[in-house]
Amino acid sequence: MSAALVIAQSGGFVRERGGDASCVANDGFCPTWIADNLDRYWTPLLEHLYLVVVSVGIGFAIAFSLGLLAHRQRWLIAPLTGVTSALYTIPSIAMFFLLQPLLGRGNAPAIVGLAIYTQVIIFRNVITGLANVPGEMVDAASGMGMTKNQRLFRVEVPLAVPEILAGLRIAVATTVGLAAFAAFAGAGGLGQKLIVASLITFKSNVVVAGGMVTLLAAALDLAVLGFQRLLTPWRRAVAA
Amino acid sequence: MAQGGGGVILASALTDFTDGVRFIFQARESSAGTVQVGGLNEVGHMAGNHLLVSSLAVAIAIAVALPIALVLGHKGRGEFIAVSTSNIGRAVPSLAIIAFFVAFLGTGFTNLCFALILLAVPPILTNTYVAVRQVDRDLVDAARGQGLSEGQIIRTIELPLALPTIFGGIRLSSVNVLATAIIGPLAGYETLGTPILSLNVYGFTGAIGAAIVVALMTLVADAGFAGVQRLSTPKGLKVVKGDRRRMRFRPPSQRSAQSP
Amino acid sequence: MGESSGRSSAETIEFRDVTKQYPGGSEPAVDGLSLEVPAGEICVLVGPSGCGKTTAMRMVNRMIDMTSGDILLGGRSVRDRKPEELRREIGYVIQQIGLFPHRTIADNISTVPSLLGWSKARMSERADELLELVGLPREMRDRYPSQLSGGQRQRVGVARALAVDPPVMLMDEPFGAIDPINRERLQNEFLRLQAELRKTIVFVTHDIDEAIKMGDRIAVMQVGGKLAQFAPPAELLMAPASPFVEDFVGADRALKRLALQRVRDIDLWTVATCRTGEPTAGVRERTAEADLDIALLVDEHQRPVGWLSERGLTGERIRSELRSPADPVVDLDDILRDALSDLLASESMYGPVVGAQGEVVGVLSMQVISQAVGSAPSEVPGATELAASEHVNGAGDATGPDEE
Ligand SMILES: Nc1ncnc2c1ncn2[C@@H]1O[C@H](COP(=O)(O)OP(=O)(O)OP(=O)(O)O)[C@@H](O)[C@H]1O
Ligand SMILES: [Mg+2]
Repeated sequence: MSAALVIAQSGGFVRERGGDASCVANDGFCPTWIADNLDRYWTPLLEHLYLVVVSVGIGFAIAFSLGLLAHRQRWLIAPLTGVTSALYTIPSIAMFFLLQPLLGRGNAPAIVGLAIYTQVIIFRNVITGLANVPGEMVDAASGMGMTKNQRLFRVEVPLAVPEILAGLRIAVATTVGLAAFAAFAGAGGLGQKLIVASLITFKSNVVVAGGMVTLLAAALDLAVLGFQRLLTPWRRAVAA
Repeated sequence: MAQGGGGVILASALTDFTDGVRFIFQARESSAGTVQVGGLNEVGHMAGNHLLVSSLAVAIAIAVALPIALVLGHKGRGEFIAVSTSNIGRAVPSLAIIAFFVAFLGTGFTNLCFALILLAVPPILTNTYVAVRQVDRDLVDAARGQGLSEGQIIRTIELPLALPTIFGGIRLSSVNVLATAIIGPLAGYETLGTPILSLNVYGFTGAIGAAIVVALMTLVADAGFAGVQRLSTPKGLKVVKGDRRRMRFRPPSQRSAQSP
Repeated sequence: MGESSGRSSAETIEFRDVTKQYPGGSEPAVDGLSLEVPAGEICVLVGPSGCGKTTAMRMVNRMIDMTSGDILLGGRSVRDRKPEELRREIGYVIQQIGLFPHRTIADNISTVPSLLGWSKARMSERADELLELVGLPREMRDRYPSQLSGGQRQRVGVARALAVDPPVMLMDEPFGAIDPINRERLQNEFLRLQAELRKTIVFVTHDIDEAIKMGDRIAVMQVGGKLAQFAPPAELLMAPASPFVEDFVGADRALKRLALQRVRDIDLWTVATCRTGEPTAGVRERTAEADLDIALLVDEHQRPVGWLSERGLTGERIRSELRSPADPVVDLDDILRDALSDLLASESMYGPVVGAQGEVVGVLSMQVISQAVGSAPSEVPGATELAASEHVNGAGDATGPDEE
């Protein structure tokens, strides 16, 4: 088994390709090297994006459902918060390894692990978002004859959207960062270019890979923000 | 492995875990069979290093961030800095921070420690700032009226009341730092990340063993700080929990429907 | 199905020995409440804080389930109804208004219609209709609640409750969060609306003045959820059933009664009117017959000019020798309280009363008012009638000298 588990020392990545050879040999910051090798980062970037989107998607679906459930069955809040925050505490690298005996190597442990980390953030925001819906909204909704489900989906959830999406934003930013460690699960991503001794000292590589991770976090954050504005037009309507 | 179905997978997973645990306590041959690896001595050494660099980083982060945040919070200034630090701290992935440090400042204990400090500062800074700002301003005014100096106000009123939230920040920082210290070997410093990063030497079993130790370590640290956080809550504030419970029955017009 | 809900006919509401005991409460929040609200009337539940008004009201649409007893709507027990269906047939207005901030005004108004599955076109048409009914411009339909003033929001709240033309409405301190000036305006508007719609309404307030103004009948409750008195406003003010009610309606209850009557409702003094140049003899004769022993000089349109002095009566013909101007001039549509206030303000014992065209119809005096305060309650109209008469005579406002 262990033969398959050895992390490729450099991810099959040969540093010495193009650019200014002496600059590369000195671990320098070499614009020409970056220009020559940028194309080799697209695949890791896409892998990274894929990991984030899929795991946050799955994680959101689960945490959102758990949140709705616990909003009804309030006794579930404490145990679910306890379990999800304990899981969140486990270092991601450890998590990615601890999942491997069950899930093998590759995308499976990475996605499961990342989805686990989104739980506490999204769950908590769903619960507080729903709890912060003003009492008179709930009262008015029931008083006009909405059933519990109608009230939940027509009034409570829409009013909790800002808080829920705030949770989603944090989850996305966190997941982009944690997905950098998904390389330990054998799932690729930009982390692949950073967790190798011969690459982490190479400034050109770090600038590209580290920069891409950071920019990806920022870009996805903006995307969720835009989505939030789209979903809550009423929040922009200020007293005319 | 695949043909046996769930039972076999579970059994093999169990073996992986027990092997991992055994790695912690008993030395074994390295993958290449050349040296002895694992065992309490080596794992203990790595865990000690791990704890050392982590606690040093958190301690320095506290020493730096706490006074700044207390003063800023007391004066009500620098909200932008306090808030954006945490936003940036969250947005920049920790691996990227470490990588930039290693690449541009070099490897070694000091640099690793610096990177971890940088990682630890934002939660402490923001939590402290926010906690101080949340202290009732009337209380502070009253204290000032009674002739307390600004320093005394911070020490005797704001700090004690902010303490639980501050410990919340320290707790978050500690967990982050312990987790990130795993990649210490990339910065040339042996931590519990060594078996993980040198898979070819320690094998999968070594990585699992180290992962178990690190996971337990963070869980214990988290639980410990949670306890401190609870203990540091001034007695008067703990009643809040009971109050909240009563609130759920209180203003009837604000309560949800009592449908059957 | 949903289309059949065009039943605007009001229903009676009957509380039968209704009791609500909250779990853990030492005494019942509502204790053996029995009362009947006739169809089309406003029943105000009033009483000190915590006396169980809200609880009593919310049991009607089963937002709170009663512990024992029964509530009948149009003779049918609410216990037999599915809560959600029941609530859709009952208008519901609360103090916090509870407009949904994420929905436009039109969508807010269409809340119940959409639950009943109305078509888009029908909902939209109905929303426009209701906006007009509560006096809001149609442009507001696409705004969000945050873009409206407090008073406008409360109007939308009322419109939303009226959306499917429910026979019954529940209103819990609907004007409680609105400043006094706007509250008065909303109260008047609502009474005018009610004069037209004639819903059966349970209206909760802790303000006795609002109760007197809005109620056809008032149920005064006391802490412990007991009904202290259930009576029309005038009776409540005339004959409080217990020291508690007497205390609650206030020491100024006689003055409050004045707000319930208009000048046109009471027997005014007669007065001899005369014009300049008229033969004196006839005027003397008429003055002797009238209640007031002073003649009133009027112009060619019978509008008051002033009180005639003795000197004006001395010649063959009336000369315009005035003893004093005809102050104050009281409008037939004024409420007694305002009329009395005018008398006090101009330090007169009496003043001429004029009709819609400004013509003199009689004289209001302090004595007349004190007699009216002592008259039997049955002669005193309820809030809705009062509002209706104001509505009918609305045109008089234009010429009435004292209308505010
Ligand atoms: N959900 C509840 N659980 C327990 N007790 C309640 C509940 N709702 C109301 N009560 C109690 O029942 C009593 C009546 O309350 P209710 O809200 O009906 O009073 P109210 O007359 O509307 O008062 P206010 O004028 O302050 O609104 C109060 O003593 C209140 O504390
Ligand atoms: Mg109430």
